[in-house]
Amino acid sequence: MNIHEYQAKELLRRAGVPVQPGEVAETAAAAEAIAARYGTAVVIKAQVHAGGRGKAGGVKLAKTPVEARAHAERIIGMSIKGLVVQRVLVAQAADIASESYVGIIVDRVSKRPVVMVSPAGGIDIEEVAATTPERIRRVAVDPRYGLQPFEAMQCGFFLYRDLHRARAAARILRQLYEAFMDSGASLAEINPLVSTPAGELVAVDAKISIDDNELDRHPELAALRDETAEAPSETEARKANLTFIKLEGNVGCVVNGAGLAMATMDLVKYYGGEPANFLDIGGSSNPEKVVNALRIITSDPQVRVILFNIFGGITRTDDVANGIVTAIRQHPLRVPLVIRLTGTNEEEAVRILAGAGLSAMTDMDEAVRAAVAQVGAETAA
Amino acid sequence: MSIFIDGNTRLMVQGITGRDGSFHTRQMIEYGTAVVAGVTPGKGGQTFGDGAADAPPVPIFNTVADAAEATGANATVIYVPPLFAADAIMEAAAAGIPLIVCITEGVPVLDMTRVYPFVRDHGARLIGPNCPGLITPGVCKVGIIPGRICAPGPIGLVSRSGTLTYELVDQLTRAGFGQTTCVGIGGDPINGTNFIDCLSAFEADPATTAVVMIGEIGGTDEQDAARFVSMHMSKPVVGFIAGRTAPPGRRMGHAGAIISGATGTAAEKVHVLAESGIPVGDRPVDVVSLLRTRMAAGSATGKAPARPAVQRSAG
Repeated sequence: MNIHEYQAKELLRRAGVPVQPGEVAETAAAAEAIAARYGTAVVIKAQVHAGGRGKAGGVKLAKTPVEARAHAERIIGMSIKGLVVQRVLVAQAADIASESYVGIIVDRVSKRPVVMVSPAGGIDIEEVAATTPERIRRVAVDPRYGLQPFEAMQCGFFLYRDLHRARAAARILRQLYEAFMDSGASLAEINPLVSTPAGELVAVDAKISIDDNELDRHPELAALRDETAEAPSETEARKANLTFIKLEGNVGCVVNGAGLAMATMDLVKYYGGEPANFLDIGGSSNPEKVVNALRIITSDPQVRVILFNIFGGITRTDDVANGIVTAIRQHPLRVPLVIRLTGTNEEEAVRILAGAGLSAMTDMDEAVRAAVAQVGAETAA
Repeated sequence: MSIFIDGNTRLMVQGITGRDGSFHTRQMIEYGTAVVAGVTPGKGGQTFGDGAADAPPVPIFNTVADAAEATGANATVIYVPPLFAADAIMEAAAAGIPLIVCITEGVPVLDMTRVYPFVRDHGARLIGPNCPGLITPGVCKVGIIPGRICAPGPIGLVSRSGTLTYELVDQLTRAGFGQTTCVGIGGDPINGTNFIDCLSAFEADPATTAVVMIGEIGGTDEQDAARFVSMHMSKPVVGFIAGRTAPPGRRMGHAGAIISGATGTAAEKVHVLAESGIPVGDRPVDVVSLLRTRMAAGSATGKAPARPAVQRSAG
């Protein structure tokens, strides 16, 4: 789960990290009032879960409160990568002498949290890694001991030559590490970490992603979720305990298991179709899940055919069949349905489907071809 | 022969009285697995089971240490909720259980950063979490892989997925390719056993003559495994990679199935596998024909003996 910049900065502030002062505004008038109160130049920053905000015109410097109001008016309501900006952060503009990057991720190779720092701040760290990898220093932290002072100091001196700023950076790294571990994050970064002409360090932008699996442990962080920042179908799917990702195609897919769901999408593409979504109904079968899945998929106007691919193990195929029949009774389908199911209680499932005038296939390859052919036939007609 | 589990496996079930634990314990007993103990705190002294499949009731203990001492269990399978899984794994490792299989999905990845070194320091092998477990057809099943789709035979199978594994096992069995052992290593970013651990075990297992590896987007485990195959394996390996159509930056169900930047894409993995002499099926159904071709070629030409594999101490 991604949280907004202003939320990430609040977590860092609580951990002791020096953060550029700023407040959130949902209206242009509120932005003007904040700027007037600060009495300094401010930066108006769109709060959306998308990179490249600056390039999209979502970050603007304002020298006066009136200018702040004008920028906020334009930014609030604008669309960045399909996401509508609901609020802006009004932050005091920092005097910048230099910019660094500091961040922590969970690294699957070392199987540890890895601290990364680079004096090349203010740009995407993946770009730095690709072009000038020698400008990044990595420390794989043993989580049983935590980030040690000497490790943090090595990073501090990699960023700054003078003891004052190296120490300050080391302190910030240890605070960032604490915030990372305490919030169950999968990513926490400050980019840029700004050094002012006076030699003080301040976090000017921050990003934190929380591991979804930690949210039950951290209800206060789960409450930070901004549903206006996600596709409505994905919000609905999450509430129904389905894993759903909307894509651009027209073959709707309902599958049990993530690996099989990906393989199904790949096979749709192989036969010349385009998947409309990734959807995993999960292991434990429950007719209600199938009803929800069908509702979410059919609400996408692009979908021209719906393909079920169910390999029954823990999932009982008769439960899935019951779900399909119930869903269709509630909301008759306006697109063709292709069903492949095999495995646990298959005979019963076929009987249930036949009772509703539906048939099922047992072969995955055949079913995917049939689904893609439906779209082709419709387009040709 | 087989890898990791066989007729001598004496299995403990952590979370035996839970909904999933009890259901799958019955299935494992019916398959013929020797389930010797269960663990549920507070239910020590009770028993599980109704004598189904002529199996005696399974004694339940409060702790893994008690269960291990009383029954001599040498493997455990974990079905506890996600926020308790890390502790359950460490409890098993601390009790000296050498094989720990964690089925639980949704274990926080930071928990796993602590669990992994703990398990390794105790000399145990962890399979999973977020995995379907493993099965040696006709002999022993640990986890949730449906027994009826498997058949005994010479193929080793290792996979990061659950139902996609079933799909491919089913196709292998229907085509007459039985299996020595099928292992699901799980779809999480940090897991206890990786492809290389399984490939080197299959290479060392005399009954296994060829291996199927099923990977997916995210990380570099498949690429590392491919290099291992070209350096250290004499047996033919064929592959499948799921997620060719996955968009970058999105988590495709499995926590580990995410493309970061340019790394972890299906295209990259297919390329590295192919370069390492591992043919990759475009469709699941292609895996069977590739396997048939490779096995025919392997027995005809006799690949040069590979260098001995480096033994990895996996957690």
